[in-house]
Amino acid sequence: MSLKYIGQRILYLFLVVWAASTITFFIPRLSSRNPVRERFAELARMGGFAPADLEKIIADYSRAFGLDKPLFQQYFDYLAGIARFDLGVSLNLYPKTVAMLLWESLPWTIGLLIVTTILAFVIGNLLGALSAWPQTPNWIRGFATSFVMLQGVPPVLLAILLIFFIGFKLKLAPLGGVYSIGTIPEFSLSFILNLLWHQMLPALALIFGSLGGWVLSMRGMGVTIQGEDYVTYAEHKGLGARTIFRDYYLRNALLPQVTGFALALGNVVVNAIVVESIFGLPGVGSVLFAAIRSNDFLVIYGIVLFITMGVATLMIIVELLYPLLDPRIKHT
Amino acid sequence: MSSVSLNQNLIKRPGRLVLLGRYLRRNPSLTIGLAIMLGLTIFTVYGLLTINPKDAYPLAVRPQQPPSWKYPLGTDFFGRDLYPAMVIGLWQTAIIGLFAGALGTIVGTVLGFLSAYFGGILDKTISTICQILIPIPAFLIHVIIAGAIDKRSVTILTMAFVVFMLAWMGPTLVIRAQVLTMKERQFVSVAKLSGMNSFGIIFREILPNLLPFIAAAFVNQVFQAVFASLYLSVVGLGPLREPLLGNTLWSAQSQAAFFNGWWWWPIGPTVALALILASLALINMGIDELANPRIRTSE
Amino acid sequence: MTTTTQAAATQAATTQAAQSERETVLTVTDLVVSYYTDAGRAKALDKVNLTLKAGEKIGLVGESGSGKSTMALAMMRMIKAPGRIEAGNVVVGDIDLMSLSDKDMLQARLSQIAYIPQGAMNSLNPVTRIGSQLVDAMKAHTKDVSKEEMKERAIAALESVELKPEVFKMYAHELSGGMKQRVCIAIGILLEPKVIIADEPTSALDVVTQRQVMETINRIQEQIGAAVILIGHDMGLMAQSMDKVAVMYAGRLVEVSTVREMFTDPKHPYSQALIRSLPKLEEKGVFEGIPGMAPSLLRLPNGCAFHPRCRDVMDHCKTTRPENQVLTGGRRVTCHLYAEENEKAVA
Repeated sequence: MSLKYIGQRILYLFLVVWAASTITFFIPRLSSRNPVRERFAELARMGGFAPADLEKIIADYSRAFGLDKPLFQQYFDYLAGIARFDLGVSLNLYPKTVAMLLWESLPWTIGLLIVTTILAFVIGNLLGALSAWPQTPNWIRGFATSFVMLQGVPPVLLAILLIFFIGFKLKLAPLGGVYSIGTIPEFSLSFILNLLWHQMLPALALIFGSLGGWVLSMRGMGVTIQGEDYVTYAEHKGLGARTIFRDYYLRNALLPQVTGFALALGNVVVNAIVVESIFGLPGVGSVLFAAIRSNDFLVIYGIVLFITMGVATLMIIVELLYPLLDPRIKHT
Repeated sequence: MSSVSLNQNLIKRPGRLVLLGRYLRRNPSLTIGLAIMLGLTIFTVYGLLTINPKDAYPLAVRPQQPPSWKYPLGTDFFGRDLYPAMVIGLWQTAIIGLFAGALGTIVGTVLGFLSAYFGGILDKTISTICQILIPIPAFLIHVIIAGAIDKRSVTILTMAFVVFMLAWMGPTLVIRAQVLTMKERQFVSVAKLSGMNSFGIIFREILPNLLPFIAAAFVNQVFQAVFASLYLSVVGLGPLREPLLGNTLWSAQSQAAFFNGWWWWPIGPTVALALILASLALINMGIDELANPRIRTSE
Repeated sequence: MTTTTQAAATQAATTQAAQSERETVLTVTDLVVSYYTDAGRAKALDKVNLTLKAGEKIGLVGESGSGKSTMALAMMRMIKAPGRIEAGNVVVGDIDLMSLSDKDMLQARLSQIAYIPQGAMNSLNPVTRIGSQLVDAMKAHTKDVSKEEMKERAIAALESVELKPEVFKMYAHELSGGMKQRVCIAIGILLEPKVIIADEPTSALDVVTQRQVMETINRIQEQIGAAVILIGHDMGLMAQSMDKVAVMYAGRLVEVSTVREMFTDPKHPYSQALIRSLPKLEEKGVFEGIPGMAPSLLRLPNGCAFHPRCRDVMDHCKTTRPENQVLTGGRRVTCHLYAEENEKAVA
């Protein structure tokens, strides 16, 4: 892998981040909304009175956030801030910064994401590979097909259905929340189990929601690989079915799936944060949607930008690691 | 061979409907998808003809009623009758899906076409823009755009437009790739050699061969549009006054419907949306199989 | 006939004397394979008989669709649905392959009967190292052999086909077509099988590499004393390196003769046509094709399948199927022309 190639990909990463930050900067400013004014108008509404010096307070705040400067000055300040990983401050929870909010919420999201994404990818691809394999028993194939039928249903809807059937009807899982009301957070087995129990339905919703896609694409890939000469020749060599499945069939069929994985990352993250907000879990999703509810624009922009950077970076990392899996690819 | 042609004359050629029926039997995902879609359409059309649209808006009926003969899907916390709300919600979902889907497909097809057919700087620009925008999760940009619009002025059509703004890249890249391969095929070279001009080639040679791909892109676009509008409305960025399915879910969720025992409130729209999206995905799979027979799984 | 083929034929004749005492390693009797398609049942192999002695080399020729590859697959018991082996026996050494369990058949592949594919194209796994593709073949057939020993044996096999030990660590895409073909040969001889089937091993290679690969196959075959079946349609190649030639037509073996007999005195009208169609040094630019087309296996002509294209066609060829018969000198022909001669021989 050449340095030139890595350089190109990093340049691409910068372009993506720049595009995302430009969109998040200009689109809100094209509209006539003034976040600071709206925030104070809302506070005033809630308090039931309008302070006499509201206009002055708004002006002060605008100056404090740099909103009174010329647009392009603001734009460059904004880009400079991003370059320093300064994602801004919260209007609502001032002086908390977006970085602080992310720091608190990110571990939850990452934990949920890693577990569900790995499980969905592994199970989905295995089921897909099995359902294209001639010796597979029919019940596994039927099982895989049922996930394919679910393929179009977004995890949010599965989440609501799971809450209804498993949480509401069968009372086997909580309807939402981080841990049972009345439990005291502590580092004990029972508390951790309680936490995991609350993560079960969101995790299931995310896994079931993305499994079908992997089954479908892997099944298509599996059919193609099965026609390859090296699979037939492996049989001629007298290898057992297990070895052929693992080393000849699965390994080759998985390669395009890894590329697909990189492309799907954005959707995976979006699904996770929306599901989090449905269950009221304390992840990035809930912070983002609390900010949407309270018109805390700077938090919205900061989180959007952060997620975009994260997704784009991960995509490029997967792409750079790909030659480790496929010896034929050499990035030059 | 004479014996073969004889056989063909003897056997009565089956009618178009029979052939279609036979094809649908071989392509179950297309059949099931179309069947669900037909069911939803009949439900919506019948509903639109029989309901009183006013019942779908707040303070129209007694609130918090479970499903009954009078209110087949129950009523919600705000006094909306959920059956007319579902009918109107389905109708509005269809408008968003078709409007954004059609717009995205048309723009994407034109851009993909121009990009691949004329190449050069135009192609570079269009494909670079697509490459840069694709890693940015569209939903997050939708959040920004929808957040920038004053909530009171969000309508079904603005919603559709917001969804469309980030939807054209997919079809652009698909159509571009197809046109690029078609440009290399023989029938195009023959047309060029025989002196046909660019527009003749585009409309008479390339476009007809692209139709299956455009159809697939359209179904996919409708799917994406419904998906995106669901996500926006389920987090509270939809046109809040309308009984759009995602909005109903959002209000049920923010009133903690399950905790309060009002299970019928979120379940109706969830099932409806799941059926819409699943049927679109199945139709999409079916069209894929039709347009690209190589991925057919062996039966 | 070219001088090279003559030389090869004499060479083949001399080695043949030595072979007559050797043991029989392959007996195929009345092998029948059908494919069941929507359009009906296609008989891809119709009562095929073949015997090979240790060290014997036979070339299997025929047009595409004549059943050559089906024969190879059937001998490996690798016919898959919609195909089916309907009847017949394949005995390698003293093992009847048709009576083996699926698991024992796995063991018999490569160790008793090995298949060398047209490896230049796509027969090696692109994502694992060459070495591991030799080692996994050994692992599937042997127990209690240490990793180091397997590696040593794999490298020895590579060296025996004139590949450097470094190839062990390389990937398929780093090798040339000829090298990939040699790797496939190395895998084929790894367990010193009694029978080696080489399916057009040189067809995707350039002429020089073709020759080198053929020489390798010959040398290796002599070393381990295996019988070789070479599938192909290059008659020149057959003449140079084979002892016998078997001609297939429409799923039947229509003639089995030594190379010398085949080239000097082909018996079956189809073999005669094949030999006539070869380019000759003396008559540059004059090619004689075989009129007509190979029949579809779904709708074989009545009687002898070759009769619509045969120049010696007789009335009963159109109605009666000829049986396989042994002529004097051990040649086998499936043609009505020799029925009388055969009766004389029997009498």
